[in-house]
Amino acid sequence: MFSIFGVPAPLLFGQLLLGLINGGFYAMLSLGLAVIFGMLNIINFAHGAMFMMGAFVAWMLLNYLGVNYWFALILTPLIVGLFGVVLEKTVISRLYKLDHLYGLLLTFGLALVIEGLFRNEYGSSGMPYQIPTLLSGAVNLGFMFLPVYRGWVIVAALVVCLATWGLIEKTKLGSLLRAATENPALVQAFGVNVPRLVTLTFAGGVALAAFAGVLAAPIYSVNPNMGSNFINTVFAVVVIGGMGSIFGAIVSGFGLGVIEGLTKVFYPQASDTVIFVVMVLVLLTRPAGLFGKAA
Amino acid sequence: MRGTNSSQAVAFAVLIALVIVSPSVLYPVFVMKVLCFALFAAAFNLLIGYVGLLSFGHAAFFGLGAYVTAWTAKTWGLTPEIAILLGGISGAALGTVFGWLAIRRQGLYFAMITLALAQMVYFFCVEAPFTGGEDGIQQVPRGKLFGALSLANDMAIYWVVAVIFLIGFFLLNRTVHSPFGQVMKAIRENEPRATSLGYRTDSYKLIAFILSTFIAGIAGGTKSLVFGIATLTDVHWSMSGEVVLMTLLGGLGTIFGPVMGALVVTAMENYLAPFGAWVTVTQGLIFIACVLAFRRGIVGEIAARLKLAL
Repeated sequence: MFSIFGVPAPLLFGQLLLGLINGGFYAMLSLGLAVIFGMLNIINFAHGAMFMMGAFVAWMLLNYLGVNYWFALILTPLIVGLFGVVLEKTVISRLYKLDHLYGLLLTFGLALVIEGLFRNEYGSSGMPYQIPTLLSGAVNLGFMFLPVYRGWVIVAALVVCLATWGLIEKTKLGSLLRAATENPALVQAFGVNVPRLVTLTFAGGVALAAFAGVLAAPIYSVNPNMGSNFINTVFAVVVIGGMGSIFGAIVSGFGLGVIEGLTKVFYPQASDTVIFVVMVLVLLTRPAGLFGKAA
Repeated sequence: MRGTNSSQAVAFAVLIALVIVSPSVLYPVFVMKVLCFALFAAAFNLLIGYVGLLSFGHAAFFGLGAYVTAWTAKTWGLTPEIAILLGGISGAALGTVFGWLAIRRQGLYFAMITLALAQMVYFFCVEAPFTGGEDGIQQVPRGKLFGALSLANDMAIYWVVAVIFLIGFFLLNRTVHSPFGQVMKAIRENEPRATSLGYRTDSYKLIAFILSTFIAGIAGGTKSLVFGIATLTDVHWSMSGEVVLMTLLGGLGTIFGPVMGALVVTAMENYLAPFGAWVTVTQGLIFIACVLAFRRGIVGEIAARLKLAL
């Protein structure tokens, strides 16, 4: 047993691991928020509810239909993404001509409705979701025991974040997306179906949240409040990273997760507030966010 | 009153009459709850309705006011008027810091920053020793007004609450109709233009923010004395959402809208309380309905139909 800065190494690495996992969720959620914001100019307050829905849909697939984790991981983002398409087409698309604040209010209302309905049906106590057998157990890394599932979550989150970044920065679809973010009217004039692009963007962001929800299901208990617990912190992450940059959302998500984890080791009382303190410091020094352009 | 038109003067008279009559018709504690929330919503409306700033973290100031009033009244045995004033001052002190930070960004960012800062206050209140954690501060004595008049009786404290509400409400109304209020509205309509006319818009925003948070703290403090309790509910983000809902439903940027909204939302919560989470669902549906079809709110709609300014 060795220690670092007077802290036993297993404790330090354990919290670092937890921090990376939380950071993965922060990154995936703030990435979705940033993509949606860029295209729709809406802060999706229902993003936490979508995350929660992801976990619940995976739970329902398993318990009602017997669909296992791996299929749920693919099916759930599709199902919740489809729900996102319906939401965008029926409700959210009516807001584009209004003040942006109405988008925030509307999605806040949506979040209340969705969470309230799930709470009515399933209560607030939460339900367990079994870790798939392939990913159960732990490996000895020499300096710590790593539960396989936790390692998998970090890898999966990282891969999905990088894939999203690649999709937006390196593909034809991504270039259309970025162009439509800059100037929708011009892109429309080139014959691109911008409204469809907007719908797809919303669905994509929401699907990302749902994917995160499935990943989270075996770690946290599946309960109606799991989204709103996360989303307020994610907003702070978004303010810190700045909305402008996909890469910034990923880096600040993981980075802040790690900072939170380290705070749990060295000064546990502040672990819940440290991200907000960082936000204040960023606001004082770089009001546009670490990776944001001045807005 | 200067700056108010005749329809508003009539509405004021009706409001005062209602405040005087309602405790003999309705349960006084319910009316006091409505008045506290109405004052809170009116303070919130000063920002969203007249400066165009959406603060999504107003529960922080309301809750801090509640905690400070409850703690000073219970631990130090301060008289209610001092305790409530301290609640307001602590709300304003926090508001000064948060406002100073949040006005660095505009629009949606302002909303997210205030929300995040309020969340920080929530976590602080969970950890801090003086708030009593999950239990909150319970059995707060109502005390004696000016050290002489006992407020233990519901009707006794009712008149105190009514006076606090009316003073706060008039103060906010006076602010809106003052030259300062005109500049606030100019910032809401076109901030670059207001800047080009030589106004330091950031100072105006900050002063409005401080005033709003002062009144929010007063409202929270008053509420904690009425119910004898200050808990984490008062600082939770759902409380911030509730005050947004009240103002939106009543009518953003109307003088009387927040009062109407507070009445409707509080009454609804009372009647729906046995149905658990349906309260949340209903609140969410009202949000959606207001944004999609009813953006003027109740009072705004009435005013538009009757071609009045309320």
